[in-house]
Amino acid sequence: MKVLVPVKRVVDYNVKVRVKSDGTGVDIANVKMSMNPFDEIAVEEAVRLKEKGVVTEVIAVSCGVTQCQETLRTAMAIGADRAILVETDAELQPLAVAKILKALVDKEQPQLVILGKQAIDDDCNQTGQMLAALTGLPQGTFASKVEVADGKVSVTREVDGGLETVKLSLPAVITTDLRLNEPRYVTLPNIMKAKKKQLDIVKPADLGVDVAPRIKTLKVEEPPKRSAGIKVPDVATLVNKLKNEAKVI
Amino acid sequence: MTALVIAEHDNASIKGATLNTVTAAAACGGDVHVLVAGSNAAAAAAAAAQIAGVSKVLHADAAQLADGLAENLAAQVLAIAAGYSHILFPATASGKNVAPRVAALLDVAQLSDVTKVISADTFERPIYAGNAIATVQSADATKVLTVRTTGFDAAAAAGGSAAVETLAAAADSGTSTFAGREVTKSDRPELTAAKIIVSGGRALGSSDKFNEVLTPLADKLGAALGASRAAVDAGYAPNDWQVGQTGKIVAPQLYIAAGISGAIQHLAGMKDSKVIVAINKDPEAPIFSVADYGLEADLFTAVPELINAL
Repeated sequence: MKVLVPVKRVVDYNVKVRVKSDGTGVDIANVKMSMNPFDEIAVEEAVRLKEKGVVTEVIAVSCGVTQCQETLRTAMAIGADRAILVETDAELQPLAVAKILKALVDKEQPQLVILGKQAIDDDCNQTGQMLAALTGLPQGTFASKVEVADGKVSVTREVDGGLETVKLSLPAVITTDLRLNEPRYVTLPNIMKAKKKQLDIVKPADLGVDVAPRIKTLKVEEPPKRSAGIKVPDVATLVNKLKNEAKVI
Repeated sequence: MTALVIAEHDNASIKGATLNTVTAAAACGGDVHVLVAGSNAAAAAAAAAQIAGVSKVLHADAAQLADGLAENLAAQVLAIAAGYSHILFPATASGKNVAPRVAALLDVAQLSDVTKVISADTFERPIYAGNAIATVQSADATKVLTVRTTGFDAAAAAGGSAAVETLAAAADSGTSTFAGREVTKSDRPELTAAKIIVSGGRALGSSDKFNEVLTPLADKLGAALGASRAAVDAGYAPNDWQVGQTGKIVAPQLYIAAGISGAIQHLAGMKDSKVIVAINKDPEAPIFSVADYGLEADLFTAVPELINAL
């Protein structure tokens, strides 16, 4: 069976972003970009399913600017077989991405779509659920374990009180949590091989999707700064401060 | 204008996160209704009717609603969505699972982790792991939101007297089934609701040390235990103790970070705490930049000392 893995190009998770002084957004010019960490886990899971013989083809998809090709090459270096870039300079919000992905699901007919649970830039945690809704498929979000057997997929989910397991009929949509797997490092030979793999480029209009944003960002600000704290020399002083100054114990 | 809050409950009682969501719903203006969808959940519906500020409780009861499966719960919400200007879920694992599904079926955008309601269509939410706060305006007819519980006070759980109305349950989707649950047992206060949190990081070194050193301190303070991702990944603490961008977002009165360096992803989960105490032997650890009180010391000596001093 086929698996579709959407991946997003985001500001590298180690970068501390700065808010632009005019309040229009964060400054991402000349900042290191990488694949969203949850999406790496999604690609890794798809590739592992292929290595187990459950999956025959892994297709990576990304939506956004031309540079997303790099992200797709990374996915192919991990082991994706081919890639599709839905190219646009427009600001894409989760609903638009979900609609684009629905068009691709209709076209490619994958049995599984594996996404990251959230992107670390907009922190939305929506696209997978929205895709499941639009395609009418069941969803297994925040997955920490995935097992395919007998035309069903069993997904162990990370929930607030512990773990929960759901059984979904295929095709299904899964979103990955951190503990699903440890993504492999890409090796140089695989990076070279990935350059030769097929990468198709389409436009949202080719898929008949309107990507106009529904939510307008009015301004982006720095979070309120915490007032500078102090260092205490010993435990006695700490306890004293907590009791008498902060009055929290 | 009426807001619908989707209650989080265990069929017997209402979870605390629902109360914060009711406060956010009231801030949107207009009446507040609460949907309790479950199985044998009359007690939860009765409890929802007691919440101050709620004017109506809608109760749907059916076996397929027992475990909050996204497919069935979303269908239930969708069946009544037409009457509402705002649909709010707590930003918990359950709310995050269902809210986007509802939004997409209504063909509207969803606003995640709202921390402030500015007006009926304008909201604040953190982005980039809390390193920026965006003010966003929704142009959609129905606003579907998840509410960051630490951003809103809890509504009083008693004092209300809403009528409970029974709804017909939406049909089972048939595409998903609930197979089981593994709950982490804990006698401690719930992490997201605790007044004091004692949190440990990689420096604890092992699961045994984590328990041996931090449990007595948590006991002494009546605190919940938390952990950094490093500590969870290393197996020192269970997954659902993780505080941070990808774990729980907490804002207790007192947060004690022991042996946690303070990576951005961790700070995202706790920097709204009222008072932060850092115990770390590395003077350069980023946690000291957000700590109100920093103690540069080995936690293995400092924590026992702290317990004795309390």
